[in-house]
Amino acid sequence: MKLTEIVERLSLEVFTLTAEAEMEVTGGYCGDLLSHVLASASPGNLWITIQNHVNVVAVAQVVGLSAVVMTDGRRPDKASLERAQATGISLLGSSESSFEISGQLCRLLADTR
Amino acid sequence: MKLQDLARTIEGTILVQQEDADVRVDSAFAADLLSDVLALTEEQTTLVTGMINPQVMRVAEILNITAVIFVRGKTPPATLVEYATRLGIPLLLTKKTMFETCGLMYANGVRPCRSGSVCEMSDR
Amino acid sequence: MQYAVRAGDIDRGGSASAQIKAELSRAGVDAVTARRAGIISFEGEMNLMVYAHDGGTITVTVEADAVTIEVKDLGPGIEDIDLAMTPGYSTAPDWATDLGFGAGMGLINIQKNSDLFEIHSHIGEGTTIISRIDRDGGRKGGSQEGS
Repeated sequence: MKLTEIVERLSLEVFTLTAEAEMEVTGGYCGDLLSHVLASASPGNLWITIQNHVNVVAVAQVVGLSAVVMTDGRRPDKASLERAQATGISLLGSSESSFEISGQLCRLLADTR
Repeated sequence: MKLQDLARTIEGTILVQQEDADVRVDSAFAADLLSDVLALTEEQTTLVTGMINPQVMRVAEILNITAVIFVRGKTPPATLVEYATRLGIPLLLTKKTMFETCGLMYANGVRPCRSGSVCEMSDR
Repeated sequence: MQYAVRAGDIDRGGSASAQIKAELSRAGVDAVTARRAGIISFEGEMNLMVYAHDGGTITVTVEADAVTIEVKDLGPGIEDIDLAMTPGYSTAPDWATDLGFGAGMGLINIQKNSDLFEIHSHIGEGTTIISRIDRDGGRKGGSQEGS
């Protein structure tokens, strides 16, 4: 499923969207530990986390993630936004929790198979 | 859903069982960082986490967490399991990722539990 | 009640707060107040362990109408209190984050659970947090006084 469609279906807020927003999302990764994301997430995954600082963007770039969804109403700080815009990482947001967004995304991805 | 049914659904192992076998899992919160868990506004929720240090159980005790599910196949140390047994808090362990575990729980009717949102802060 | 917290003693992290919550319950404090006190103590205790070079102390005073918790250290002090109170903002070192701390919610969780919240901090001198919880649900909302 394309990133833009997921944004629409989950009513995600867009903080910044990469030029490659039509890319296929390969799956979801939920978690807040940067070292775990580096070890376990796959390129093209959508990362669901409550964390909202600049290291999140750096990790997303290194792994090649499609986007980061910041949950529980968190917003990226200035440094994160700038870094995301500079490196082409999409930052999205939701007032819902990581549990809920994971649940909804899982369901969406399952429905398209 | 019942804890036993949840264990089957997520292909989990029950590490600590409560005497009351009909423990229910009705709401859940997924997080790795403890202060985010401490911001929870509701009680009696289930915690889904990949963090296996002893502080997880102390937080679970303070917040009256119903059950703790450890994901990503992270086996907690014996001291943590002993502590959970003393507290009577059921522990489940699954090899599945946090994403998949949340997905399965959500699909089975477990509702999300909210933490204190940023909006609440601005009311002060 | 007074508890000494050693810096870096992560294995014992949270043990003082679990004790505090249990003691308050034994002393007849209502469950909601004991829970809020547990959360405040836990966050205070973890802050002492992660940020205060020499640890610090947690002092709990129980009165008929309120529970007061003071968390005090002689550590580095907080440069910008408003920034430190922003959700998600954290100066936690990597070793702390790997253990599940440094979410950037500690001070906010303390304030949220307090009916009166004071924070005093000076660079190079240390930080004192005073939190008062009105017993039996006398919540007015946590107003912040800082210096």
